[in-house]
Amino acid sequence: MGFGRGCLVALLLAFASMLGHTAARADGLDDALAHFTADDFDETGTGIAAVAASGNLRAEAVLRALQNGQLMYSAERKAVYVQDDAGKLFDAATGRPVTSDPPADLDAVSINNRLRGVIDAALGGLTLLSKNPARRLEAAAAVFKSRELSALPTLENAIRQEQDPSIKRALTQARAAIVLSSADASDEDKLAAVAVIRERGDQDALGLLQSLPGGTSEPVVKAAASAAAAVQSRLAIWNTVQNAWYGISLGSVLLLAAIGLAITFGVMGVINMAHGEMVMIGAYVTFVVQEAIRTSNPALFDYSLAIAIPLAFVVAGFVGILIERCIIRFLYGRPLETLLATWGLSLILQQAVRTMFGPNNREVGNPSFMSGAFDLGGITITYNRLWIVCFALAAFAALLALLRFTRFGLEMRAVTQNRAMAASMGIRTSTIDALTFGLGSGIAGMAGVALSQIDNVSPNLGQGYIIDSFMVVVFGGVGNLWGTLVGSFLLGIANKFLEPVAGAVLGKIAILVFIILFIQKRPRGLFALKGRAVEA
Amino acid sequence: MSSHLLVRSLDRGAAIFLVVVAAAALLVPVFNLVVPPTASLHLPTYVVALFGKYVCYAILALSIDLIWGYCGILSLGHGAFFALGGYAMGMYLMRQIGTRGVYANPILPDFMVFLNWKELPVYWYGFQHFPYAALMVVLAPGVLAFVFGWFAFRSRVTGVYLSIITQAMTYALMLGFFRNNFGFGGNNGLTDFKDFLGFNVQAETTRNVLFSLSCVALMLGFLVCRGIVASKLGKVLIAIRDAEARTRFLGYRVESYKLFVFTLSACMAGIAGALYVPQVGIINPSEFAPGNSIEAVIWVAVGGRGTLTGAALGAVLVNYAKTYFTSGALAPYWLFMLGSLFIGVTLFLPRGVVGTLHHWTALRRVKLSAAAEDGVAAALPAE
Repeated sequence: MGFGRGCLVALLLAFASMLGHTAARADGLDDALAHFTADDFDETGTGIAAVAASGNLRAEAVLRALQNGQLMYSAERKAVYVQDDAGKLFDAATGRPVTSDPPADLDAVSINNRLRGVIDAALGGLTLLSKNPARRLEAAAAVFKSRELSALPTLENAIRQEQDPSIKRALTQARAAIVLSSADASDEDKLAAVAVIRERGDQDALGLLQSLPGGTSEPVVKAAASAAAAVQSRLAIWNTVQNAWYGISLGSVLLLAAIGLAITFGVMGVINMAHGEMVMIGAYVTFVVQEAIRTSNPALFDYSLAIAIPLAFVVAGFVGILIERCIIRFLYGRPLETLLATWGLSLILQQAVRTMFGPNNREVGNPSFMSGAFDLGGITITYNRLWIVCFALAAFAALLALLRFTRFGLEMRAVTQNRAMAASMGIRTSTIDALTFGLGSGIAGMAGVALSQIDNVSPNLGQGYIIDSFMVVVFGGVGNLWGTLVGSFLLGIANKFLEPVAGAVLGKIAILVFIILFIQKRPRGLFALKGRAVEA
Repeated sequence: MSSHLLVRSLDRGAAIFLVVVAAAALLVPVFNLVVPPTASLHLPTYVVALFGKYVCYAILALSIDLIWGYCGILSLGHGAFFALGGYAMGMYLMRQIGTRGVYANPILPDFMVFLNWKELPVYWYGFQHFPYAALMVVLAPGVLAFVFGWFAFRSRVTGVYLSIITQAMTYALMLGFFRNNFGFGGNNGLTDFKDFLGFNVQAETTRNVLFSLSCVALMLGFLVCRGIVASKLGKVLIAIRDAEARTRFLGYRVESYKLFVFTLSACMAGIAGALYVPQVGIINPSEFAPGNSIEAVIWVAVGGRGTLTGAALGAVLVNYAKTYFTSGALAPYWLFMLGSLFIGVTLFLPRGVVGTLHHWTALRRVKLSAAAEDGVAAALPAE
């Protein structure tokens, strides 16, 4: 990803210099370009080396064009051109637009994989001394990959000049890679190189240490083997950390999807198969909010989620109350019928959204603070996943506080524990039912806002979560919010640790089978309620 | 007295049902094969295949009604048993293709050659023999149901919990069958069938025979269910549905009864699936989708749970409506219709069509005889 973006930046720079009609010296370059008109791989290779050696300002643009298949030649006129994306031709040596008629036998200079490597190395060498630090780093990485021996003198030069410690490290690693794969370096140099590569300690380093060229001396091979073992164990540790983080991330998504269900199913005992559709409604609220912001005030885009979260809560909560008043209240005590009716409702809601917004995925953007990633040791953490973990925990804490400390929470608990007694104490039980159901649905709506950041916003969004959510609630223990928390994270982490071993689908099947067996063993879940509530 | 009348009326319903199905089994082939294509009474062959599909769905609905209507077990995974039966039949049909496949491999089905498999997996052995395949049609869903039910009923997983784990079961199976290395053709499933017992599956006569066979299977299934429901075993099942704990305290082994009827029902669903596959010409993992199983439950609810005839009627009615609405300009509204059907039936017609008819006739009898009210109340189908 980083490499791709680097290429793009470099390409843009190359085009900028081309379009700027840089008055270029065309001395050595003309001779070098002549090699390309033969369209022979060996000749082209010579040409690449000659262009790189010419020291001409246009050299980089020419090589980039060659890399992208945009370097054209005409055998008839013995001329070489650069073509831009729009199909306009520029003289390769000067960068000036071609005004005369284009030649009839215009063809791209063809390259093969070997030449691609040569081009990468040549470009790497060219940019090692660039003024832009990001491009120097890019070049160091390219040389590390290609291990092109010819880049060694430039590399030495660059290491001597380099001030930035992180780039200097990358350059040193690149030099070590070249030294290790070259045949004529001394053993001491190679041992030093092994130490440098061991320090790097990632997958590339491992590959390098495990593929030393034949004829490497005994002590170097031994050092490389021990370094490889050290790198491997380090990688294994980071791999575990990575899996754990992915598991926590998946767990937080499960928690978000299941936490609303823990209220409607866990506390009220209502089987709401349309729960996933509440999540979907939340995601579409995000979409609508972002659309409105895009058309009216694009500057507010970073605040779109802050607007969408309360709005999604209100919209989904309102729909939930409507559902409770119109359908579910007639079906209390008949869970199987509730299941069927809400399933029908989910079909209707999905089709309604499909009619209104179309069946395809809708584009929901990440605000700036949620895009990008940072490195933590050997793993990469994306900001949107991190925010979702935080959001899930915050939503959980808020819900817990609401149930524990507010009057509504108190009344809600009273009604679920003993409806008749609560009613005789003056609580309007039917109002509480509606509000509780609205609360569960509203939380699902907020989950939809978060899920819109990592999943496709389509009418089927909710369906993918409904079975998982039920599994989490049942596994954690019905009527117990803490059970839902533990259940979702346990299942998330177990899933991610099984995935590399068994594959994504088999891992999921294994989890489902496990839960089915678990319910046999403990039908009331991980944290079973004790006492009278069990009877209900 | 009136309870006696009710039993007789139910019997009359059953008789009507059997006569209608038998008539269909005879008349549909006549209208398709004997009546010339120009006549207005002629049935096109695709309609025969369509009716055959409905009849298979009716058998599936019957199997669901047996456990849901009479034993209170709401399975949301019966589509899995249906699909397993279908796959067993599909495997037989695949082996019949032989060298006529694209790759002309006498042993391996096309998709295995395509995946570069060298030999037939062990679980495909024997499927070239029809008796073995027919045995597996019943055995595969039956064994799964037995094992699943043994675990579930013994640990007293009931009600919605059971519904949800049956749904998870069919979901897990769907994920599995979507995988290529399971050896069932991945997401393409099994298709491109040629022969069924030596007859071309595409031929008109074969299609008519398959249709009549499905009708016969429906009648047999109905008679088996009627027999169970009317027997003492059926009374125990109803007792379990209405008060499981009390039945257990009376000394009945509730788990064994449930397990028996659940397994039997799964076998019926497997047979329905096996008859479905040659008529439709394909079986793929989407048959395992949880949505399919829930849709099958709503057929029963529409027709009337605990009536048997209603389940079959509901399957045909809902699927006819589905064909009608999804083939025309109304296609985008079909899901609205289906969804409203789910809600409307549970809210306003909890007895279903046939159940409501029974209820009305029973009420009229009460007024006519004006005696023995309690007898009727006891005999009314419970909600």
